[in-house]
Amino acid sequence: MPDGNTGIGAAVKRKEDGRFLTGKGRFTDDINRPNQTFAYFLRSSVAHANIKNVDTSAALTAEGVVAVYTNGDMEGVGGVPCGWGLTFQNGDPMVEPVHPILAAGKVRHVGDPIAVVIAETKKQAKAAAALIKIDLEDLPAVVNMTNAVEGGTLVHEEAANNICYDWAIGDKDEVDKVFDGADHVTSIEIINNRLIPNAIEPRVAIGDYDAVSQKYTLYTSTQSPHVIRLLMGAFVLQIPEHKLRVVAPDVGGGFGSKTFHYAEEAMVTWAAGHLGRPVKWTAERSESFVSDAHGRDHVTTAELALSKDGKFLALREKTYANMGAYLSTFGPAIATYLHSTLLAGVYTTPLIYSNIIAVFTNTVAVDAYRGAGRPEATYILERLVDRAARELGIDQVEIRRKNFIPPDAFPYQTPVALEYDSGDYEATLASALEGADVDGFEARKSKAAKNGKLRGVGYSTYVEACGAAPSAVAGALGARAGLYESANVRVHPTGSVTVFTGSHSHGQGHETAFAQLVSEQIGVDIDSVEIAHGDTDQVQFGMGTYASRSLAVGGSAIVKALDKIIDKSKKIAAHIMEAAESDIEFEDGTFKVAGTDKSMGFGEVALAAYVPHNYPLDVLEPGLEESAFYDPANFTYPAGCHICEVEIDPTTGVVEIVNFTAADDPGIVINPIIVEGQIHGGVAQGIGQALLEGCVYDDNGQLITGTYMDYTMPRADDLPSYVVSTESSRCTHNPLGVKGVGEVGTIGATPAVINAIVDALSELGVTDMPMPATPQTVWRAIQEAS
Amino acid sequence: MATVSLTVNGKVMSAEASADTLLVNFIRENLGMTGTHVGCDTSQCGACVVMVNGDSVKSCTMLAVQAEGTEVTTVEGLASNGDLHPMQQAFHDNHALQCGYCTPGMLISSIDLVTKNPNATEAEIRHGLEGNLCRCTGYHNIVKAVQAGAAEMKG
Repeated sequence: MPDGNTGIGAAVKRKEDGRFLTGKGRFTDDINRPNQTFAYFLRSSVAHANIKNVDTSAALTAEGVVAVYTNGDMEGVGGVPCGWGLTFQNGDPMVEPVHPILAAGKVRHVGDPIAVVIAETKKQAKAAAALIKIDLEDLPAVVNMTNAVEGGTLVHEEAANNICYDWAIGDKDEVDKVFDGADHVTSIEIINNRLIPNAIEPRVAIGDYDAVSQKYTLYTSTQSPHVIRLLMGAFVLQIPEHKLRVVAPDVGGGFGSKTFHYAEEAMVTWAAGHLGRPVKWTAERSESFVSDAHGRDHVTTAELALSKDGKFLALREKTYANMGAYLSTFGPAIATYLHSTLLAGVYTTPLIYSNIIAVFTNTVAVDAYRGAGRPEATYILERLVDRAARELGIDQVEIRRKNFIPPDAFPYQTPVALEYDSGDYEATLASALEGADVDGFEARKSKAAKNGKLRGVGYSTYVEACGAAPSAVAGALGARAGLYESANVRVHPTGSVTVFTGSHSHGQGHETAFAQLVSEQIGVDIDSVEIAHGDTDQVQFGMGTYASRSLAVGGSAIVKALDKIIDKSKKIAAHIMEAAESDIEFEDGTFKVAGTDKSMGFGEVALAAYVPHNYPLDVLEPGLEESAFYDPANFTYPAGCHICEVEIDPTTGVVEIVNFTAADDPGIVINPIIVEGQIHGGVAQGIGQALLEGCVYDDNGQLITGTYMDYTMPRADDLPSYVVSTESSRCTHNPLGVKGVGEVGTIGATPAVINAIVDALSELGVTDMPMPATPQTVWRAIQEAS
Repeated sequence: MATVSLTVNGKVMSAEASADTLLVNFIRENLGMTGTHVGCDTSQCGACVVMVNGDSVKSCTMLAVQAEGTEVTTVEGLASNGDLHPMQQAFHDNHALQCGYCTPGMLISSIDLVTKNPNATEAEIRHGLEGNLCRCTGYHNIVKAVQAGAAEMKG
């Protein structure tokens, strides 16, 4: 690597920081198009109602109004498609109701768009929307999943008992048999609280149409521009790819919620074509709360069968997964493909049965939020393990060690479809135990007790499946798209490099980490490498960034393309230096003829490729540019151990995290600064779920937590500093040995926090703690126990 | 409509604004300076924090007409002659930003905080930044950066 400090493993400060630090970032709302109009969506204020009439006449004549559209105006426009198809246990397809761009006949959740007003200014659009008269016939709202599946009111007529699918994995009879004969069974009921992703940049979409080229452009704050182009172009608006450009410039955080195709994107694009003018929509935060897909929201009953010495024999669970009112892009996959398949965790549990019932309710659609299914699975497992240890009187660390998949057991086939390629769970456990000074815990607990405080320590040892995915496996499990990634490496005549990647960076630092890869592979300085992403007209193709896949899948595609560059460069160098290709060695950016002092720099080879005066034109094309698509052989399996220490004031129920230790194995680390930052952020969101964040609907389907005044986002003074370390076991099936790090925090942290609270309160007889463990919830648990 | 004149980052600027135009929208839309961001509609997120006459202010809580005659500093005005402000440099050095959306407000709040309390403790920094939401960093590196920036600003 050049200068020994910009390649793989180097703590390079981020290249992208400069523009963000100086106010020169280019977010979607910073973009304005000539002759632009503004859209405002009139949304349902009730959860469930028949639309009797919508009178837009007054709005249409209001000052500045250009157009008002309702569903009836959008003939030929398709619904928002779902990207994943599941089946019932009997093989019947899941129920997949149409998700119209604007409500058709019925509104199904607070925030469901009924009409859109397009005007010269934002203010005019909003004012005119207030003039639309809507005649609604209220229907009872379906909010609670347990009630929903009993039938009665239906969110969609075609979904009997509001069930989208009833799916299962594992051999129930075999599992039940083990439970019947087990020494001990530990049971738990869990509500995995609904969360609202809340990227700080609200979603924005600008539709533009050029009548001369008959081409549409959508600027949108998305994590996956090519996926949006495919879904919106092919399924909603019937615009072929070559006439549709999707641009995702700087995007202010996503956490999954900006992966999906949203109705507003299609609406502004369609309207731009109709009006021949650009149409811009910027979500207000209160709109984000009722239109961005939410996360989690599972209700689970789970049991673990154990031998009396604490060996796990079998696990079974039944989960009700809230889909919301419509199926979002990946909605059906979260509780199944990403949840049930992870229930082995880091343990050798030989038999697992998981039954998932997906339920429609009159709430916002639920889809992937950082971790997506894997936090839910890990939470079930780690709460069960914690409780089992307490019931059997086994030490928390000991019970985990006793059931770990040992380092020499890889590749390890779990009973729930996945084959883990590598891991060393003891290594991260040992690192976390040291970082958390667990040996000193009892002394700290005694000291706290003298001050009237209760101290507890909680553990979580987890694995995750990320880097989604092998396309064949994803397809077999219901994906309607491939999950590969693509890269194009363009070496310019003087040796600088532009990489076009289908991954999308919205905080992950790809412009730095991917440049480090290039620097490592071909020896150019990272300042000579540009990473281009987020524009379907620039980048050949891409599946976007989610599921911690950018480095493992997108980075591997870059490496594959670089290998082709190196192969071609060797041929060029061999010709020019009059040597056999097999004698050319490439090291530190220089091509050498083995055993001689002849050499050529990478830049010289690049120039020769573009000025081919002395060039093997009979066998090679000029130029130096290569593309690659990479479809991984397997998921990657990051793992780790999180340990949380809390101190609780029993008189107020206030929980303080006094120590949080994360030891994670993300595989090979490209940039330790970025990796640590990802862990910090994920842990904060994991703690947020445990202590602060909870989306609440009332019985009428009104969102109670619809602003930042009501939904508790983690703030600086809610959180501690973290003790973070990494161990690296190499991924065996991708060229970089990387696994991923984006979601480890939300997966590992949440159960560690709740287990710590249960530990602190166990002496009072508390055995369970719902999330979020607010002071009121903790105080009540203490009162009820005593 | 009224003409609002104010000094932004050392330059006198003026533009027409309606009486209900918020300062943040005036800066972004009327003056075309998009470094200052909007992240909410309840004055909670702090992405829009700017300096007004030396105090950090959520610019969504102030009307443009109220800013008449004031001295405003936005994120675009922190660096001078191409040199980053010590707090900007500290954010870069400590990887205190990821997506960059909260960064403008976070920088201004941090500068105000340590200007008024140069020896702020970690707890004081965390308390002082509770009006600025960041969803990416978990605040760990922001706190480190503010400490580093404070040390540098003390010189």
